Amino acid sequence: MSVLDRKLLRDLFRLWAQVLAIALVMACGVATIILAIGAYRSLEETRSAFYDRYRFATVFSGLTRAPLQMKNELASISGVSGIELRIVKPVLLDMPGMAEPATGIAVSIPDHGEPAVNRLYLRSGRLPEPGRTGEIAVTEPFALAHRMVPGSRFDAIMNGRKRTLTVTGIVLSPEYIYAIGPGDMIPDQRRFGVFFMPRAALAGIFDMEGAFNDVALRAQRNADFSEIIDTLDAILGPYGGTGAHDRTDQISHTFLDEELAQLRAMAAVIPPVFLFVSAFLVNMILTRLIALEREQVGLMKAVGHGSAAIAWHYAKLTLVIALIGIVIGSIAGDWLGRGMTRLYAQFYSFPFLIFRQSLDLYAIAAIVSAVAALAGSMRSIWGVASLPPAIAMQPPTPTRYRNFFSEGAHHLTIFSQLTIMAFRHLVRWPVRTLLTAFGISLAVALLIMALFSFDSVAFMVDTVFFRTERQDATIAFANERSPRALHSVAAMPGVLRAEGFRATPVILRYGHRERRLTISGMMENPDLARMLDKALDPVEPAPVGLMISEWVAKLLHLQVGDIAEVELLERAHRKVAVPVSAIVESYIGLAVYMRADALDRVIGDGPQLSGVRVKVDSSRLDDLYKTIKETPAVAAIALQGLSRQRFRETIEKNITIMISVYTALAVIITFGVIYNSARIQFSERARELASLRVFGFTNGEVSSVLLIELGAIVLLAQPLGWLLGYLLSWSVVRGFESDLFRIPFIVERSTFAIASLVVLAVATVSALIVRRRIDRLDLVRVLKTRE
Amino acid sequence: MDDPIFSAHNLTKVYRSGEVEVFALRGVDLDLEQGEMAVLLGPSGSGKSTLLNIMGGLDRATSGTVHFRGQDITAFSERQLTRFRRDHIGFVFQFYNLIPSLTAWENVALVTEISPNPMAPEEALEMVGLKERMTHFPAQLSGGEQQRVAIARAIAKRPEVMLCDEPTGALDSKTGIIVLEALWRINEELKTTMAIITHNAGIRDIAHRVFTFRDGRIADAKVNERRAQPAEVSW
Repeated sequence: MSVLDRKLLRDLFRLWAQVLAIALVMACGVATIILAIGAYRSLEETRSAFYDRYRFATVFSGLTRAPLQMKNELASISGVSGIELRIVKPVLLDMPGMAEPATGIAVSIPDHGEPAVNRLYLRSGRLPEPGRTGEIAVTEPFALAHRMVPGSRFDAIMNGRKRTLTVTGIVLSPEYIYAIGPGDMIPDQRRFGVFFMPRAALAGIFDMEGAFNDVALRAQRNADFSEIIDTLDAILGPYGGTGAHDRTDQISHTFLDEELAQLRAMAAVIPPVFLFVSAFLVNMILTRLIALEREQVGLMKAVGHGSAAIAWHYAKLTLVIALIGIVIGSIAGDWLGRGMTRLYAQFYSFPFLIFRQSLDLYAIAAIVSAVAALAGSMRSIWGVASLPPAIAMQPPTPTRYRNFFSEGAHHLTIFSQLTIMAFRHLVRWPVRTLLTAFGISLAVALLIMALFSFDSVAFMVDTVFFRTERQDATIAFANERSPRALHSVAAMPGVLRAEGFRATPVILRYGHRERRLTISGMMENPDLARMLDKALDPVEPAPVGLMISEWVAKLLHLQVGDIAEVELLERAHRKVAVPVSAIVESYIGLAVYMRADALDRVIGDGPQLSGVRVKVDSSRLDDLYKTIKETPAVAAIALQGLSRQRFRETIEKNITIMISVYTALAVIITFGVIYNSARIQFSERARELASLRVFGFTNGEVSSVLLIELGAIVLLAQPLGWLLGYLLSWSVVRGFESDLFRIPFIVERSTFAIASLVVLAVATVSALIVRRRIDRLDLVRVLKTRE
Repeated sequence: MDDPIFSAHNLTKVYRSGEVEVFALRGVDLDLEQGEMAVLLGPSGSGKSTLLNIMGGLDRATSGTVHFRGQDITAFSERQLTRFRRDHIGFVFQFYNLIPSLTAWENVALVTEISPNPMAPEEALEMVGLKERMTHFPAQLSGGEQQRVAIARAIAKRPEVMLCDEPTGALDSKTGIIVLEALWRINEELKTTMAIITHNAGIRDIAHRVFTFRDGRIADAKVNERRAQPAEVSW
C-alpha cells in the first residue's frame, strides 16, 4: 500500500462521522433511484408480459344485446387480430359470514378452448366445465379475502334469482389487475369480485342465448385504432353500443398507468435532491480538508509527488465516500423496493410480481452517484493540483472580512461581539451559507411534501364523503325503473332518506374535444348527493343545462353558457345540444350533472330511475342488507359508509409509510448538512474559539458563536423550505391529476410547523454533538500553533 | 511589603504521553509583587510557558499550589477558572490570537463586554497608539499593530495581572520595541503586574526582576537595580 493510500485510510477513519453523514445522504439518492426505477421496471415489465402472454384486449365496447352471428363481421374489421364476444353482467353476492352484500361482475368465457383475448391465468383448481351448472372461476384477491379454495360455495343474485355457485378455480385476468367496485375509491377485495362462467351457463341465467353484450378485441400492432373504434361504433350502434374505447378508458390499465407516471416523477425529483446535497457536502468537507492539508500538499509536491497523483489521492477519498453511499444505498434501495412491491401486490393482482434486481440499474445508480460526488469535489481537487509547492507550504493569506456596519458606528451596535463574529462569518462565505440553507430547506420541503398529503386527503374525504356523497349506500337497478321504485326503496328497513337518481352514459363533446362519461340526474333539493360550487357550498341543480365539474370544463374547454353536444350512448347515439349552466367542484371521476327532469327531457322517454341513494339507520343495516339481497331489481350496491372507512384506513396506512420514509430521508439530509457544516465551522474556528475560552468566555458563550451561525442558517432555510415544499406539493397534486381523481391542494399551517420542528430538532441534536467538542478544546495547544 | 499578588509553591507539572513522563516543572516557587514587571527567560521546554499557563488558569498543576490574592487557584473548578481568567488576567500571545472577523475596536470590545470594570475600547487602543486604526480588521494590520491590538484587548478590562507569552516573538526589532513600549507604559501608568516570557535576553533589562528557567526549575533570579527603557533594548 502506498503512503498516500495509508494517509487516505487514516483520513477516512479520522473523519468517519462526517464521511458517514455524507455517505448516508448519497445512499438516499442511490436508494431512491433503485426504488423508483426498480419499482417502475418491475411494474411495467410485469404488466407488459402479463398483457402479452394473456392477450389483453386493446379495444373494448359495451352494448345492450346483439346476436352472436355478428362475430364474422366484427372479426373481419381491418386490423383486428382476435375478438371475444362476451356476456358481462353485474351481480349481487351473498357471501358467507358477511352481512353486507358484495358486488361482482360475471364474465363469460368460451365453453370450449381458451378465449381469444383476456385469457385467464389459473392459479389453482381448474376452469369451470360447461355442462355443470353453477361452476365458476373467481379472481384471486376476492378468493383470498374470503378464504375460498376450489370447492367453496357462495350465493349470488343473478337476474333476480339466488343461485349457488361453486368455485372450481382461482384465476387472474389482465383485465382486472386493479379491480375496483362501484362507488369505491380504492379496491376492497372483500366486497368486490369478478368471476368467470362458461358462456352457455351464463347465457342461460341472463336469457342471453345466442347473444352478447360486450366486445373485447385485440388489434394488430400497427392497426389504426381510431378506425377500428369508429367501425365498431357504427356496427354496434343499432344494438345499443355504448361506444368503443381503447385501453386509456379501461380502469385497471389507467390506474396502473397513473402509478407508473408517479414512479417516473419520483425518479425524476427525489434522487437529484440527494445527489445535489451530497455533492455539496463532498465539496464542503474536501475544501476544508485541503485547506488544512495545504502544507502537506506542498511538502508532497516538494518531495516529488506529481500533481496528478495528489489530485487522484483526493479523488479517491471522494470515491470511497461515494462507494460507502452506493453500498448502503443499494442495500436500502433493494429493501425498500421489495417493500414497495409487496405493497403493490396488495392492490394489483399479477400472477407474479417480484422486485427486479437488474445489474444495470445498480450500475446506473453507482455511476450517477460517483459522478455527483466527483462533481462536488472537482473544484477543490483542481485547486490543489494547480497549487505550486512553494505557495502551498506558506500559510494561506488571512481571511478578509468586511464591515457591514458603517465605519465608526460600532458604538451603536446592539449585537454582542460574539454575534457579530457569527454573522461576519456567514456573510464572508455567502455561497456556502446559501447552499447550506438550501440543503436544509430541501429537508423541510421533503417533509412538507410528505405531510401535506394528510391535509389534502383529509380535505378530500371531508368534501367527498361529508359534503357531496353523504349517502350510506347507493343502490343501482339492473334496468331503469319508474319513479315509483323510489317508494319501494324508501320503505326498506332502516332507510331514513331515499333520493332517486338517473345516470346515463354519454360522450360529451365540445369542438373537437370529447370525453366518455356519465351524466347524473339529480333530484331537486338533494340532501344526500349534493353539488358544491368552487367555495364548496352546496348549490341547487339548475332547471336546465349541464353542471360540469371543473376538471371536465378544463378538459373540454367549456365555460358557462357554451353549448355542448351530448351523445346518448344508450339511445342509439342520438346527439343533443345542451348548454352548460354551472361549473361545480368535484375530485372524483368526470362528474357531470343535470337536474333529473332536465335529463329526462334530453333522453326523451319520461322519468326513469337508475338507482336510489339512501341514508340508513346504522342499527338496522343488517335488515337492509338482507332485504336487498332478496330484491331482484337490485344489480349492485355501493356502500359509501364502508368505502369511507376502507379508504381512510388504506390511505392512512400508505401515507404513514410514506411519511416515515420521507421523514427518515429528511432527517438524514438535515443531519448530513448540519453536522458537516458545524464540524467544518468548528474546524475553521477552533483557534478563535479557544482564544475566547482563554479570555474568560464560558463554554456556553463560546458555543453560542457556532450556534448563532447554525441557527441563522437553519432559520433562513425555513421560509425557503416552506416555499420549496409548497411548490413540490403543488407539483405532486398536478402530477396526480387525472380523469380518475384529483387531489385538492391543501397545505395546513400545522404542516409547515411540523416540518420545521422536525428539522429544528435534528439540527439541535447535530449542533449539540459538535458542541461537545467545544467543551473538550485544548486551550494550551491551540495558542501555540499558528493557523 | 504587601503580600505578593501571585505566589506559586513547589509547583510540579508532569505530562504523560503513553509510557513517557515529561517533567515540565519540577517544584517551582515564585512570588510576583503588585505592580511588578517580571521577565521569564530560558530555552524552549524549560517550563516558563507551563508556569504561565498554570498561573493564568489555562492548565492544571500536577502538584503544588498557586495563590492569587490568597486564593488557591489550583483548587478551582473549570467554571471558577474561567471566571478567574475573565475577571483578573490579561493575556498576550506570540501569534496575537485576534479574531479575524472582528475589527480592532471590536476585538477589544469583545473583552470589555464581559468585564466588570473596563475602560472604553478606544481608550485602550489609544494607549497602544492605534486609535486611528480601530476600524481595521486584523488582516489589514501589520504584525506589530496586531500585537498592539492584542495588548489593548488585554489591558482594556484593567486586569490585575498581564501574562505575556513571547509578545515580540513574531516581530522584527523595530516593531518589537514599539510593542515593548506599550507594555512598559501600561506597567508604569496602570501599575499592572506583568509576567513576560521571552527568548530575547535583551528584554531582561526592562524588568524589575528576571527569572531564568532551566529544566523545569528557576535556575536564577535577579533584581535589576535600574530598569532600561524599551528603546535601549539591544535586539
